[in-house]
Formats: sequence, C-alpha cells, structure tokens
Amino acid sequence: MGEIDDIAARKDRMAVLARADAGRLRALWSALGLDPAHRRLRGPESGLVTLRGRIGGTGEPFNMGEATVTRASVILADGAVGHAMTLGREPEKTELAAIIDALCHDRDTATRIDADLVAPIRHELATADEKRRQETAATRVDFFTMVRGED
Amino acid sequence: MYVAVKGGEAAIDNAHRLLADRRRGDRAVPALTLDQIAGQLALAVDRVMAEGSLYDRRLAALAVKQARGDLIEAIFLLRAYRTTLARFGYSEPLDTGAMLVERRISACHKDLPGGQLLGPTFDYTHRLLDEGLDGDASVEAGKIRAGAAEKVVRVADILADEGLIEGDGLATGDGPGDINHTPVEFPLSRAMRLQSLSRGDEGFLLALGYSTQRGYARSHPFAGEIRIGEVEVEVFLPELGFAVPVGRVQVTECQMVNQFKGSAKVPPQFTRGYGLVFGQSERKAMAMALCDRALRAEELGEDIVAPPQDQEFVISHCDNVQATGFVEHLKLPHYVDFQAELGLVRRMRAEYEARDREVAPVREAAE
Repeated sequence: MGEIDDIAARKDRMAVLARADAGRLRALWSALGLDPAHRRLRGPESGLVTLRGRIGGTGEPFNMGEATVTRASVILADGAVGHAMTLGREPEKTELAAIIDALCHDRDTATRIDADLVAPIRHELATADEKRRQETAATRVDFFTMVRGED
Repeated sequence: MYVAVKGGEAAIDNAHRLLADRRRGDRAVPALTLDQIAGQLALAVDRVMAEGSLYDRRLAALAVKQARGDLIEAIFLLRAYRTTLARFGYSEPLDTGAMLVERRISACHKDLPGGQLLGPTFDYTHRLLDEGLDGDASVEAGKIRAGAAEKVVRVADILADEGLIEGDGLATGDGPGDINHTPVEFPLSRAMRLQSLSRGDEGFLLALGYSTQRGYARSHPFAGEIRIGEVEVEVFLPELGFAVPVGRVQVTECQMVNQFKGSAKVPPQFTRGYGLVFGQSERKAMAMALCDRALRAEELGEDIVAPPQDQEFVISHCDNVQATGFVEHLKLPHYVDFQAELGLVRRMRAEYEARDREVAPVREAAE
C-alpha cells in the first residue's frame, strides 16, 4: 500500500470515528480488549474552528461562523503518535479516536480495528444516511400533466 | 469631581434569584431537558446557532433554556461563551454540492436532476393550529421511498451550461478577511459581507430583503435553489499534513437568481445572490441571498438608491448582539448625564422665558 492509500485509509477511519456516537464507540472499543498505555501530547481540549463556505457554492472562500471542536494527540509506549479532531465537545471520545489513530500505525492492529470497530460503525452511519435519503425521496414531487380539451 | 455610587447588590442578587425561579416556573411541571429543546424546538436552536455564530446544538439548546426562550438573549449568551474558547483555525471550504440533501427545491426549473425534494417543510400546510399537539399523541415515522440514489445536481451548474448566468468566479487566493479579527472598514469585500450576513439578525435581513422586492433597490429574484442538509467538515492539521474529516454540520444554502439587464461592465445575464446559514434556516438564507445581491450594486454598476444597497447601513446594523447591546444600554443608570441635560434645559428655558418677557410688552402695545 502506498502513502496516498495510507492517508486515504486514515482519513476514512477518522471520518467514521468523528461521527461515531460516543457510547457506541466506547462499547466496541471495550469489546476489542485493547487498552494500550498512552501519554497525552496535547489535550483533549475544546476550542473553535471557523467554518468556511464558498461564494455561490464554488467561488472564493468566506468565513461562515465557528463550530466547537475537540482535539487530542497521544503517544503510545512504542512511540506511535495519534491525532484526532472531532466536532463538538466530547473529550473522551476524541482521546479514544487519537489512541485508535496511533494504534493503526501497526498494520495488523489496523486491520483488526477496521474490521471490528470501524466497519460496524460505518455500516450503521451509512444505514442512517440511507434511511434519511429514502425519507427525503418520499417527499419528491412527481409532476404529471393533465390532458385537457377535446383532442 | 467623581462620586462613586454604591448600592443595589442585594436587589440584583434577589432579582437574579427571582429570574431563576420564574425561569423554572411551576415546580409541578417537569423541567425541560436540553434533548427536548434540541429535538423539539430544533429551529429555534438552529437560529441561535446561526446568529450566535457557533455551531453546537447542545450549547444553543442550553442558551435557549437559560434565556427563557428569548432568542436574542440566547444568541448573546452563545456569543459570550464563544469568546472564551481558543481558536484552532479554519476549516476547508464546505462542499455544498456533496450535501446529504434533506430538502431541495427550485422555483426556476420543474424537472431537474435529483428532483424537487420537499423534505420536512411548513410549505403547503394550512397554518391552522393543530390542537392535537396539545398532548403527546403518537406520531408516524416519515414514509420511505426505495430506489437508487440520484445525484442532486446544483441548479447553478445547470444554468451555467447556457452561459446566461454569472459564474462563481475564481478564488483570489488571498484568503478571505475575518470580521472576528479585522475591524470593519467600508467598503467590505463580498466575502466579509457574507460572514457578517450569515450571523446577521433574521428579522432585520428579512425586512431588508422584503424591501428589495417591493422596489427599494431594483430586484427581480427567483429562488434558483434552496437546499438543506449535512455537509462534511474537514480541517487541515499541520501535524498530519492533510485535511482531516471532523464530522458533519447541517446548513441551508440559497441561490437567488436575479434578472440583470447588463451595465457598462457586465453583459445582460442572470446574476446571483448567495445565502449560507447554519442549521435549517430557510427564511434566513433567502433573506441573506437577497441582501447579498442588493449589496453588490457597486460591483455591478448599479445606482445606490436604497438602504439594502448601502453596505455601511446593512452591515453595521445587522448584528443583533451589537444592536441589542446599544439599545438596551439605555436602561443603565444615566443619572449624571441626565442631571447635566436637566441643568441645560432649565437654563435654556429660563433664557426663553426671559426673552418672552422682553417681547411681550411690545406685542401688547402693538395690539
């Protein structure tokens, strides 16, 4: 796997962890039975990120407003460093995401975490998205034309 | 001479205690939970997030509760809290084209890729009070329509194919200014105006937008597209060297399309006004887009003849925290100022009456 693929996989994992429900993440984490010793490099600490939009949707960026985020960086005993940033103010969840990020430097551990923790959450999130999409689809307007007149 | 006046501590303490009591109300009625407020008063919470300029549903729900439902007070609370947090940086620009759409309508095209998706809208309701909501009757879940996902294409992209609508323009690369850090100096860039409008007061922008439709600044808009849904947020982390997905936010985007006869600078084409607001805030996004378009008067070579085209007027007065601060400060003791003015008015009155006495005998003699 190349470096680009590594980054893509890491981003993909982070996207899932960031959106995960804290309780669900904690439960799946406990089931994995991993609990590596780690030291905090930074945080977990909450702060602001300014969200940007683009003029007209695709033009020049502009600052839209702030959102709360929490960030954490940790180092494991073997020197692996992990980072996480998530929207909202959930320090425990964010620190756990950073620990998972650090653990996933190891290929075998990453494979296990992806299969037993990331994949189920990704599936649940995708299911929820699909349900929402289908609920929205039910409100789609189906236009039809009334034929009027003699001919 | 400066005279410090003390007193009022006990009155203030007791007033705040009374506020807490009144906020709680009848103890026999269960207290509202933040989940109830965030879930069932969701659009009030969204407004507080948008105008408080802080995306955090739970904090906004807390602010609504603490403010007893006074939304401007809640917005004030959220803004105040926001100042206490460290700033970690800026997100990558949101890609509203990749939104998980919960609602998307266009008043320009009937048939468009992705369709007209009404979503959870108040439109087409009869605005009759529903007595059934006075209670906790069970509510059906939304209907489901299965089928493959269809890309919800942006209306601006459809119109752009014909070349009859202005494009979004290229980013200058300078990075947008930030009204949080830069004192506002007019004229403001469009990017900084949009930042200000995005957190501007819904009522103020609604009234200004309405005035543009009624003829104060010529405007003939169509709701080109309104879309509501969640978009992914990514933040570049220098320690990693790439942008990290941090979660999703819900936003409302409005593209207003305006007829434009052209000017010395621009050929006849449709021009656009843009609105982008936190949460489900459709009216606000529409009003923002109307105001954005009106404020582009100078750029498009239009005469500035009405308040909605006047940057300084709109931007300086659209922030309801600033507005309420200045209006409400009038409640604070102005005893000394008033004494000074009272003295001045007494002196002017005495002079007036003295002059009147001098003039009166002359007038009587003339009669």
